[in-house]
Amino acid sequence: MALLEVDDVVVQFGGVTAVDQARFSLEGGRVTGLIGPNGAGKTTCFNVITGLQKPTSGHVRYDGRDITSMQPHRRAKRGMARTFQRLEAFGSLSVRDNVRVALDIHHGLRGLLQRTPASRVDALLERVGIAEYADERADSIPTGTARLLELARALAGEPRLLLLDEPSSGLDESETDDFGSLLRDLAGEGRAVLMVEHDMDLVMSVCDEIHVLDFGQVIASGTPGEIRANRRVQEAYLGQADEEPVEQTTLIDPITTEIPAVQS
Amino acid sequence: MSSLLSFTVLGIFTGAAYAIAASGLVLTYSTTRVFNVAHGAFGMVMAFVYWDFSQRQGIPAWLALGLVLLVVAPLFGLFVQRFVTRNLGDSPVSVSLVVTVGLFVGLIGFAQWVWKPEARSVPQFFDQAGFNLGDVFITYHQLLTILLSAAVAAGLFLLLNRTRVGTAMRASVDNPELLKLYGGKPGLVAALAWAIGTSLAALAGILLTPVIGLDYYDLTLLVINAYAAAMLGRLKSLPLTFAGAMTLGILQSYAVAYLPSSGDLSGLRAVIPTLFLFAVIILMPQAQLRVGQVKGIVSAPLPTVRRSVVAGGALVVLMALLTLSMSSSNILLAGTAATYAMVMLSLVLLTGYGGHVSLAQFTFAGVGALAWAKLDSPNLLGLVLAALVAAAVGALVALPVLRLTGLYLALSTLAFGVLMDKLVFQASFAFGFNGSLPAERLALLGIPVTDGGTYVLLMTIVFVAMGIGLLQLRRGRLGRILIAMRDSPAACGTLGLNMRWFRVGLFGLSAGMAGLAGALFAGLRQTISATDFQLLSSLPLLLLAVVCGVTSVTGAAIGGVGFMLLPVLQSNYPGLAGLAFVVIGFGAVALGRDPNGIANLLFALGRKVEGRLWPAVADRMPSLPSLPLPGLRREDEPVGKHRHVDQPAWRIDLTPDDTQVVPMEGVAGHGASRG
Repeated sequence: MALLEVDDVVVQFGGVTAVDQARFSLEGGRVTGLIGPNGAGKTTCFNVITGLQKPTSGHVRYDGRDITSMQPHRRAKRGMARTFQRLEAFGSLSVRDNVRVALDIHHGLRGLLQRTPASRVDALLERVGIAEYADERADSIPTGTARLLELARALAGEPRLLLLDEPSSGLDESETDDFGSLLRDLAGEGRAVLMVEHDMDLVMSVCDEIHVLDFGQVIASGTPGEIRANRRVQEAYLGQADEEPVEQTTLIDPITTEIPAVQS
Repeated sequence: MSSLLSFTVLGIFTGAAYAIAASGLVLTYSTTRVFNVAHGAFGMVMAFVYWDFSQRQGIPAWLALGLVLLVVAPLFGLFVQRFVTRNLGDSPVSVSLVVTVGLFVGLIGFAQWVWKPEARSVPQFFDQAGFNLGDVFITYHQLLTILLSAAVAAGLFLLLNRTRVGTAMRASVDNPELLKLYGGKPGLVAALAWAIGTSLAALAGILLTPVIGLDYYDLTLLVINAYAAAMLGRLKSLPLTFAGAMTLGILQSYAVAYLPSSGDLSGLRAVIPTLFLFAVIILMPQAQLRVGQVKGIVSAPLPTVRRSVVAGGALVVLMALLTLSMSSSNILLAGTAATYAMVMLSLVLLTGYGGHVSLAQFTFAGVGALAWAKLDSPNLLGLVLAALVAAAVGALVALPVLRLTGLYLALSTLAFGVLMDKLVFQASFAFGFNGSLPAERLALLGIPVTDGGTYVLLMTIVFVAMGIGLLQLRRGRLGRILIAMRDSPAACGTLGLNMRWFRVGLFGLSAGMAGLAGALFAGLRQTISATDFQLLSSLPLLLLAVVCGVTSVTGAAIGGVGFMLLPVLQSNYPGLAGLAFVVIGFGAVALGRDPNGIANLLFALGRKVEGRLWPAVADRMPSLPSLPLPGLRREDEPVGKHRHVDQPAWRIDLTPDDTQVVPMEGVAGHGASRG
């Protein structure tokens, strides 16, 4: 049975439909990619799954249970963790303390009374490869490192479902390779990993399955090979996927007739 | 029957004016996510401008009205949007609240400075003329107001639903990011919204002035009625806002007619909007966590334990020396400064560390003082109890808004402040109307501290103890979580933290600290009254706390002295009346984005000086004095080369045979790695 099911989710902002009857599911042990042009609704999907955005209609099921209106912290307690596209590291704390806070939160009341073993913090920092930054303030480290920090923080809760929003932007080539194999390892331990990513090489090499969003709709799902061969995807997206940022020539702006801004 | 009808008409008239004001508030908030606390102050200033045009300069009323509504108010709104509130929507709510509270206070000061206090009146439009509807007399002024509110409703509906820019405005209500992504122009939308919003505030102010009078405060506080109405529409829906405004207007009118005008409940009539606001806030649905609020508020560096102890000790010694030579009136002032500093310390916890805003911190001090006077047990137990009462009240205020986020929490403190101001503090079971209560001084081990100087010294020691305790909290696990919650509530939520109870605890603790300050203040003054804890003093207090540095204990100490000096300066130089408010208000507008304030500049200066001077001194000082402070061992904190992180570069090691401070790296604490 699928760990997470997104079922006909619709999110509307005023007159704009950000997510339009999106439907997909995730299973443990697999890395799933969520790709699509900017403004296609990927981050909004993440927000719906983690409870930061209430969908206009539709359901989210996790572990066989409808969690559509469950609070974010309860979802986290059930093993959901995420990183953010726009960084949400605790900027005033050190890298080490970021992870320490996450562990304290994970341990709840017990965490408040007992000392979190330093070894646990160090192990997480080692795992994502940012141990050398442990004593830096989180708002002074490079973007790529901060993304890895968010990953370490997310892993503190020993999640079964890991949602990563553009995790590799800011990483150089060799770091991206390391990150790819880390992802495989994390999935290999039985986790379901969902990743929004613009680096097509990474997506194609790491993902077991890919869903393509355009205008909030899932226009294609399949293995990397199938997605690569899908004409509709090529038209909408992959034709220009070699470069960042992705051009959005297909997106017609509903509010004004100006060319939409592209978020880098 | 006819009286019921005439009160209904009166209620619809006030409701119509509230609706106009509230729709302006909704427009600005929903398009820019900046909640304009100063909305009422805008209306107040514009009403004064209208008075100036029509009464002082003799411009015909219609022309003056046109000038204000179509020229002065929109331009002012544009100016504020362009230079003050721009990009504020992305900041933490604590910052945007402080900046607009700055406008609030600054504009009151500005009005007092430009239009010196004197009796002024603004006649109704069409003088007193009107017509009879049955046996109820309706003035044309009332009719005009009601018609204008209908026109505003229709105009806004057309703007939002029938124009392109209106569609963009509605889109930015829900998701400004998306609007940007889709090529909308948030800048244009924001400018238009603020121009229209200010104009609506002006219109409401001008229409209400003949009824409630041209007053700096009454017109400004009208904003609470507008908040209440706007809250019913969840700051989004204009139809619900209009419905809320009408309901509120009629309720208030009936309250004037039918509620008792004397006795303990006489204040009830004045707090109808507040009760309405509370009710609406309690009924609001769960708020969603917002992503992307973090704008890197850099906290002031956390001092080492040793440093804070030494600084605290120095402050106590300094105060001891000062009290020896002070006159008794100056001793009273010093004690007042210590009180303010303690109240500001409670804001360091709440706002500086927690990122929440209380607009009624003095009210909590008042609760503490009231409890102290009523308990009448002038010992340490009584002091603790008074603080606990204030803490419980603080937690109670936060409790109903558990599910909501910072803005609503702050607004409910404001509502609470009004409630206490008008209903509770003046009641006969409390201070009484214009009354005061005697309060005794604290007794230690049965010996009352009668000498003023000693008492002030005691207050200083309490301040230092609170400061050190606060820093200790900040260094620990709870402090880390507090900072994490401030930096990113969304991340905390998705990591599994239930922030509701933390918020209640935080509010309770902060209110308890303020209550303790209030209790000590009562003992200092030995007689206290409701006027000592007025709600409106809480706002400049908050602003000065932010300007002086709300992230550090030092900031609170500076702020306390500064806040004590304000009235002293004003009484010495009466010409400055209002100007101090202008300076604090607009100072907060300018500096509100950096809550580290003046204190942080001092720290930077201190580090520089230390970097140059201290090594030279240290060379001549072979060994440092040992500190008899057990339990300060922090060996789990690694000391790396990155000293700007919250870690002490000192480890204070306590071994049975040799008590000494062990420098971990470089020359200890000399700023070698900070300079």
